[in-house]
This record gives sequence, structure tokens and C-alpha cells, in this order.
Amino acid sequence: MKRLSRLRRHRAAGPILLVFALFTIGTTFQVASAVSNNATTAAERSATIEEGKQLFLKGCSSCHGLNAEGGAVAPSLIGVGAASVDFQVGTGRMPMADMSTQAMRKAVVYTPEEINALATYVASLADGPAVPTDEVLNYERDGSVAEGGELFRTNCAMCHNFAAQGGALTQGKYAPTLMGVEPKHIYEAMITGPQSMPVFSNKTITAEEKLSIIKWIKSTEAEPQLGGAALGRVGPVTEGLLVWTLGIGLLIGVAVWLAMKAR
Amino acid sequence: MTARERIAGNVAGYVDDRTGAAKWMKKNLTKVFPDHWSFLLGEICLYSFIILLASGTFLTFWFDPSQREVIYDGGYAPLSGLKMSAAYASTLHLSFEVRGGLLMRQIHHWAALIFMVGIVVHLLRVFFTGAFRKPREFNWIIGVGLLTLGIVEGFLGYSLPDDLLSGTGIRIAEAIIQALPVVGSYIAFFAFGGAFPGEAFIPRIYTVHVLLLPGIFLALITVHLMLVWYQKHTQFPGPGRTEKNVVGYPLMPAYMAKAGGFFFIVFGVTAFLGAVASINPIWLYGPYTPGQVSAGSQPDWYMGWLDGLVRMAPPLETHALGHTISWNILIPGLILPGIMFTLLALYPFIESWATGDKREHHLLDRPRNAPNRTALGAMALTFTLVGLINGGNDILSTTFHLTINQMMWFSRIAIFVLPPIAFVITKRICLSLQRADRELVLHGRETGRLVRLPHGEFVEVHEPISPEKAWTLTAHEQLAPLELPEYDAAGVRRPGLLKNKIRNRISRANAVAVPKVTESERKEIEHGH
Amino acid sequence: MSTEIEPIKDPGLPAHIHRRADEDEKYAKRAERQVAILFMLSAFGTLLLIVSYIFIPGDKFIFVPILGSTNAAQLFLGLGMAMALFFIGAGAIHWAKNLMPDNEMVAERHEFRSSDEDREEFVKTVKAGAGAAGLGRRPLIKRTLGVALGLSGLTPLLLLRDLGPLPKEDLQKTSWKAGTRLVTDPGNRPILASDLEVGAVAQTLPELAAGEERTLNDIGKDAVLLIRLRPEDFNLDAERLSWTHEGIIAFSKICSHMGCAVALYEQQTKHLLCPCHQSTFDVTRAAKVIFGPAARPLPQLAITVDADGYLVAKAPFSEPVGPSFWERSS
Repeated sequence: MKRLSRLRRHRAAGPILLVFALFTIGTTFQVASAVSNNATTAAERSATIEEGKQLFLKGCSSCHGLNAEGGAVAPSLIGVGAASVDFQVGTGRMPMADMSTQAMRKAVVYTPEEINALATYVASLADGPAVPTDEVLNYERDGSVAEGGELFRTNCAMCHNFAAQGGALTQGKYAPTLMGVEPKHIYEAMITGPQSMPVFSNKTITAEEKLSIIKWIKSTEAEPQLGGAALGRVGPVTEGLLVWTLGIGLLIGVAVWLAMKAR
Repeated sequence: MTARERIAGNVAGYVDDRTGAAKWMKKNLTKVFPDHWSFLLGEICLYSFIILLASGTFLTFWFDPSQREVIYDGGYAPLSGLKMSAAYASTLHLSFEVRGGLLMRQIHHWAALIFMVGIVVHLLRVFFTGAFRKPREFNWIIGVGLLTLGIVEGFLGYSLPDDLLSGTGIRIAEAIIQALPVVGSYIAFFAFGGAFPGEAFIPRIYTVHVLLLPGIFLALITVHLMLVWYQKHTQFPGPGRTEKNVVGYPLMPAYMAKAGGFFFIVFGVTAFLGAVASINPIWLYGPYTPGQVSAGSQPDWYMGWLDGLVRMAPPLETHALGHTISWNILIPGLILPGIMFTLLALYPFIESWATGDKREHHLLDRPRNAPNRTALGAMALTFTLVGLINGGNDILSTTFHLTINQMMWFSRIAIFVLPPIAFVITKRICLSLQRADRELVLHGRETGRLVRLPHGEFVEVHEPISPEKAWTLTAHEQLAPLELPEYDAAGVRRPGLLKNKIRNRISRANAVAVPKVTESERKEIEHGH
Repeated sequence: MSTEIEPIKDPGLPAHIHRRADEDEKYAKRAERQVAILFMLSAFGTLLLIVSYIFIPGDKFIFVPILGSTNAAQLFLGLGMAMALFFIGAGAIHWAKNLMPDNEMVAERHEFRSSDEDREEFVKTVKAGAGAAGLGRRPLIKRTLGVALGLSGLTPLLLLRDLGPLPKEDLQKTSWKAGTRLVTDPGNRPILASDLEVGAVAQTLPELAAGEERTLNDIGKDAVLLIRLRPEDFNLDAERLSWTHEGIIAFSKICSHMGCAVALYEQQTKHLLCPCHQSTFDVTRAAKVIFGPAARPLPQLAITVDADGYLVAKAPFSEPVGPSFWERSS
């Protein structure tokens, strides 16, 4: 006991115990969650579906119909799959605030658990693309930046711009910027084709190619300024604006000073 | 005599023995240049041209003008392993592996934009002050030529790196060539060495960009400057300034120091932009392939108005007798710009025809004193601006939450409606300013001091303006309208009746003005007080 | 009381106003110091440039407000250069303004026109010269010279002939033939009809035979966009409908206006938009132009499936793809 109490008073005892405690808690949690994952039984699944259904009836059914069959203002959700719900709700596009042109990315209304419940419910109505798992989304490991860039320029740049900054579509619609979008949501958008966006099927652009695209987007997002202020990365329009304001402005300013008579 | 003076004297003597330069230099070192900030706009162009020559030469040391396909293995990871042209790869190399290379590229591109801005602003100054009038018509035409060539040179320059954006631009240029009736596809095939894009175009435009056009620029700029030198600069009206003299500072030393200093200022500002603001980030655009395109593909600003005109063109094509004419390309891409540049070049002659004024002018007009010309200029500017705005309609509509369709329809209507409105409004503003000048000369400046008169009325004290100011405001001449005879003495219609009628009409419109104050009017007012 | 009778008089050049530096040596000294400081700032700029060039590695990034994380070498090299140049200019101008003589001078203009005698003599000289050369008297020489000069103008035209081949059928034809498989771009994988869901698109090119290389020229004509709709969404005549396969429709991606790649497909409206000039095409009506400057629909490629179920071209394009040209018949 003496030895133990001596150890207890040791300088390092506090920190070591703390680390040990954290480790234990973490491991337990991890094991527990793994267990719960593995043990997702049919019963639990149906409970989630039920929770999702209740959420759906409260928040979505007024537009999408009581059975997600769609309505005058909103499409049917039968067969859109969990990925679609996860994208639309997870990026805050749904529930929609302004029906005029297109759903915008905004603050997310539901918690991740609620989104999961909604997605599970909608997926239970008919088969559709599933939410990609973290294992699938390992773009750092499975993607190639250069290949992703080429794919992006062929398939995405015409709407989203060469640096994924977004661009104009017809009648006020637009392709949004991809800066700050979660990889999961980029992936889901490609497989589900939300709103104006077409579907990019896994057969014509393989899952691996999609990860390359994501990797390129993330690399472009993280790319520091190699040549100074990026001017929005939208091409020559802002460059022209800068030269007509700052550029010629500075020069004319100096010219005025030059021609002014000194006192 | 110091040793240094002796050496300088010997060198100068040696040169003069062989050239007789001293006589010429003696006269010209004291040449007088009038000082005004707006007279430096042309210098901005000259200096940015020199910057372009210097930075461009630097770029050629690494740039490989070839469309040969290579696999990129340079330092920019997001492109590594991709197929691209040697032109694109060498531009990447010069941007990322040559120290200061990207800076030089950016300086070169910013200098090109400043060059074009300078030309336009200089042209506007010359236009609105009437500096193009006799005897300076040749220089005006050379200037219009430089503007036109500048647009071409700029386009060729940013096309060289063979990136996705510039390749899209070349694709469009090829479509314009191909649209020419009868010879279009032949000229396109000759220019590109076959079908688009081929492998010949970049090397060819490289030669044009670095040799042919700069050579022509040098020649034209030299003539332009020699004419300015020989004809002496124009000056704004002011006390002691007449059509017969030029008032200013001698070249040596003050003007030389100022002009020389301004070169460094222009270079410094360009380098500053090159340091802090990214321009034409070709590594983000990616290499060109005809199957790809980016949203918001735009040309540089000086082509933007042309692109805007092409965008707003109606979908017109004629198919007849087995042939096709694309009016939707020809009208906005060739015919309209052709008409505009021709009118611009001929403007000095058109104006002197309309006013009947064939005299020399060395005193500049204040724009308000030539309301018709100023209004015409505003009209042309408005036209170009509508085109320019429509050229960026996609960027503008996403920025300001409009739709490209609205912007397009706005431009399609505005291109017809706004220029005439701009004409009318500008003319009225000019006349109002003339009226304000008249008030100022007659009643003096408002001092803001109120005085109460004996009978209780408050009046604001007006302070008479100086004789110098009064002269400056009234120095312009007001031309009477031409009265060309339409019928001869016997009452018979003269030949050319219609022409004379038109000229009379235009010249009457031109002569509309608020009468300027005369000395007697001014005295009358003074005595009245 | 006309303006011509008595205009306001020109008071003449105003008296020269001396600068403080002209009258007070103190101010002159101050201006001198200011000029020196400006030149020293320039020297500092060059030093900054040299130091940046030698010591800042190319992959060093620093955070700068407004610019964000910026390449340090590029930034300091540029700022050094800008300072070095700008302050030479500022110093020179400040020097000229404050310390160099600023007396306004008047120079008389001379008349450009030559005197009448000079003009007459000039005409005489030209006439005499021309007469001496005998241009007027010897028409044979004049005419043959004209022929020779005119003909020599053909030389450059002739020599430029080999700039390129004649267009021949090149603009009219693409690589698509009956039975050519559509493969993905990039990737070159053949596509089954079932690979595409409703609402899906695919960027495609013709399959290459073994050993064939694809050039940019090929892509410039062959690029095709595949789109799958619900078959009932189509509003096509019988022939064009027969060119589709189970709701999959194929168009040339090269814009019929100016040749940009048209691939902005809006799944809900079923419109295709060209990002260059905003021509809008209605996919359900065989890419009919519904907005913008394009005058013709995008050419449609007839497709079907081969024995293995892969999508193939049923026939070559029935019309030239890309922008219009004179020889185009429709």
C-alpha cells in the first residue's frame, strides 16, 4: 500500500491517470459504438424508419405528400434514395425557404441523427443510392488530383467554373460554388443529380473517378495564392475591373500630382 | 573647365563632328511642353509598351511556342502526368520553376491591360477636347490603328499559353474566320494549317505576336511621337495661351525629369499589380482541349464588348443555294466593329465636313463647349459599355442575382435605346454647364455669405471672378451655323441640294450654344451694381 | 452687341509665382532631403528584391490580409521591384517639381504649310523628274512596270499557299460511323444503355481502333454528349425518335454557333446551355434553339446498341458539326 500511495503522489501520476482514463473512455465508446453498429437489428432499423417518418410528416409532407409521393410544388421522393435526402437536408437546401428559383445551401435545420432517420425512411420506400460510407469516401487514399482535374474540366467546369467557384445557368438558376462543401455531399450530388444538376452514374464516372474529382476540388480549395489576390477566380472580368479602378486610378493619381504646381 | 566637362565636351564634339546633332539638340532641349495631367495618358501607353517589350523578351527565353504534345512532369502537382502542349507546359515551367517568372508573366499581362486602358483613356481625352482637329488628323488615324492592333496583339498574347480559356477564345476566333462568306473555310484552314486546332496556330501567332506586330507598333509609335514633337502639343485655353503659341516647361531639365520619372511610376505600379494580384492563372484553367469549357468564359476586357455584341446577336443565318451565311457571327463579330472603327478613324473629317471648319486648332475645347461632339462620344461610349456589360452577363448575373436572360434582353434593347438617350442627356448637360459658365462670368462666384439689404431682403454676396478665369471661360469661339445655299440666285435648285441640306441641318445642331459673355455685357452688370 | 464685337480680353500670362523652395533655402533643403529619402526607398526596394530572390524558397507561403495565404517569394520579389521602380519615379518627379526651374515659357508655333513658291517649286521638281525619267513619254515602260509589279504581288500569295491544306470534306465529316461505340471521355470505356439513369449525362467520344491515337482535332469534331430522359419527355418526330435509344439521346457537344463545348445540361428544364454565348437548346425537341445567338440546333447523333448491349452510333452525323461555314448546305 505504501508503495501505491507513493506512486499516487508521484509527479506524473496525475497526467498518466488522465491519459489512462481518456484512453479507457475512448476505447469503451469505440467498442460500444462498434457493437451498436454491428447490432443494428431489424427492430432498431424499423424504429429509425418510424422516427424518420414522423419527422417527414412534420417537416416535409406538406410539399412532398404524406407518402412522399410528391405534390404540385415538390417532386416524389420514392426511389431517390438516402443519398439524395442526406445531400438535400444535410446541406440545408431542404426544407426549402424560397421557392422562386432553386434551393440554396443554408444553415442545416436537422441534427445528423434526424437526417439519418429521414434518409432511412425515404430509402425504405424504394431502392435508391445510399449514403456513401467514410470507407468509400477515402479520397485522399483512392483519388488522384491530376486525373480528378481532367474529369472535373470535362464534366463539371462548364457549370461550376474552372476553379469550382460556380456559374450562371438559365433563368437565374446557378451552379453553386463547391468551396467548403463536404466531400460526402459532393459525392451524393454526383450520384443523385440534385435539381438542375444531371446524374453522373457510377458506370460512366466510376466511384474512384468521383473520389479523384473530390480530391481535386479539395486541393483547389486549399491551394494558396500562387500569384497574389485571386480576384474571385472567375477569369478576366475581375481583372478588367481591377485595371480600370486600381490600375489606371493609381496612374492618374500620380499624373495629377505630377502636373500640379509645387507651392 | 573641370576634367569631367572636358571629357563630356570631347564626346559631344566627336558625335557632332559626324552628325551635326548639336544644332538640332540645342533647339529641342528647350522645346516647350504644356503641363496637364491628361497629357500624360499617352505616356502611360508608351511606357507600358516599353514594359511589354522588356517583360515579353524575358518570357520568350523560357516559352516554347509549340503545340507538340508533352506529358507534364513539373512542379505543379494538380496537373502532373497530364497531356498538354509544350506551350502550356513551358508556361507552367516559367511560372513555377523560374524564379520571378510568374511575376514577369503577371507584369506582362497587367502591362497589356494598362496599355489598352491607356489607349482608350488617351483616345477619349483627345476626342473630347477636340485635339484630333487639323493639323493632327494623321495622328488620330495612327492612334486608331494602334488601338485596333492593340486589341489583336493582346488577344494573340493571351492565346499563346494554350490554356483552356484562351483555347476557347481561339475556337471562337476560328468560328469568326470560318463564317466569312466564300473564303471563310479556306482562310481558316490556311491560318490553322488544317482543321481546328491543329498544331500550327500557336507557333504562327507567336511570330506575329513577338515580331510582326511589335515591329509595326514600334514604327507607328515612332511616327506618332515624331508628329507630336513636330506639330507641338495642344494646350488648354488660359491666360496668355493662343492658337499661335505653346506655354509650358522646357524639356530640359524639368519635363525630362518628370516624363522619365513617370516611366518608373508606370513600371512600378505595373510591378505592384503583378506582385499582389493574380492574373490569368493558367494552371487553374488547365490545358486546352476542344471537349472542355469553363463556365464564365470571357475574353480580356478590351475584347469583352465584342463578345457582348456576339452574345446579344439574334439567331440569324441564311441558307440558300447550298451555302450558309451566319449573320449572327458576321454582324456583331465583323461588320459592326468594322463600321465602328471606320467611323472612329474618319471622325475628324466628318466633323470638319459638318462644321465647315478647315482651320488649324492648337487650343483644346472644353468638352462642354462642343456639346454635339461630347454627346456623340457619350453615345459611342454607352454603346460599347452595353456591349461590355453583356460580355460579362454571366458573372454579373450570379453576382447581382439577376438572370442571364434578363441581362441579355436588357442589352438587346439597351444597345438601341440607351445611346440616343445618352446623346440627348449629355448635350443638355453640356448646355447647362455653358449656362453655369455664363452665370459665373457675369455674376461671379457664390461666396455663401448672406447680406441683409436695408429693406430686409437677404442676398448672397457674389465675388467677381478673376480676369484670368473669365478669359479661360470665354476663350472658346462659337461658330455660326453654315448657311450653304440651297437655291441659286434665280431660285433654281442647286446640284447637291440634299447634301447641302444635310450639312446645314447638322451644322445648325452643332452651333446650338449658350452665348458666351462679352466684355460689354460684363461691364453693364458691373455698372448696374 | 454681338460676341464678335467685344470679347473678354486675354489678360496675358499671369506673373510667375515663386515656390517656397525658390525663396527660402530651408524649404529647398527640405525638398532635397525628401528626394533623397525617395531614392533611398527605391534602393531599399532593390535590396528587398535581392534578398527575396536569394533567401525566400519558392514553396514558402505567408498570410497577408486581403490576399490570403500567398506565395512569399512572388510577393516580396514583386513588391521589391515595385518599390525600386516607383520610388525612382517619385523622387525624380518630386525633384523636378520642387527644385528644377518652373518658369513657364512661351514658344511660338510655326505654320506647317509651305510657302506658295515652295509648293510650286516642288510641283515643278516632281514634273521635271517624271519628265526626265520619261514616264509620260514611254508608255511601254509604264505599262510593263505595272504588269511586273502587279505580278510580283502574287509571289507572297503563292508562297503562302502551303500554309494549310484545302478544307475539302474535312469540315463536313467526323469520325463517327455506323457501329462506332461511344466511350467515356476521359476513360475510353464503352457504355451500356443501362449505365445511365434517367437524368444522367455522359461525355463521350468515338471508340478508337487498336493503335489509333486521338488528336485534339478529333475531339474538336467528335465530342458527343449523351443524355438520358424518360422516353415520354421527348417531343420528337418519328425519325429523330428512332435516333434515340430507350430515352438516351446524343448530341454533338460542339456548339453550332461558335464551337464551344455545350454541356451545361439542366436536368429539370432539360435545356442545354452554352457557357460562351448563352445559346440555349431544348433537348426534348432535338436541341432546338430557344434562346441566344445560335441559329441551328446541335446536330443529333443517331444511336442504338450493338450485340453486346453497348451504345453505338447508328449512322454518321447527318450534317456537319460545329460552327457554320460557307460550304455548308443547310
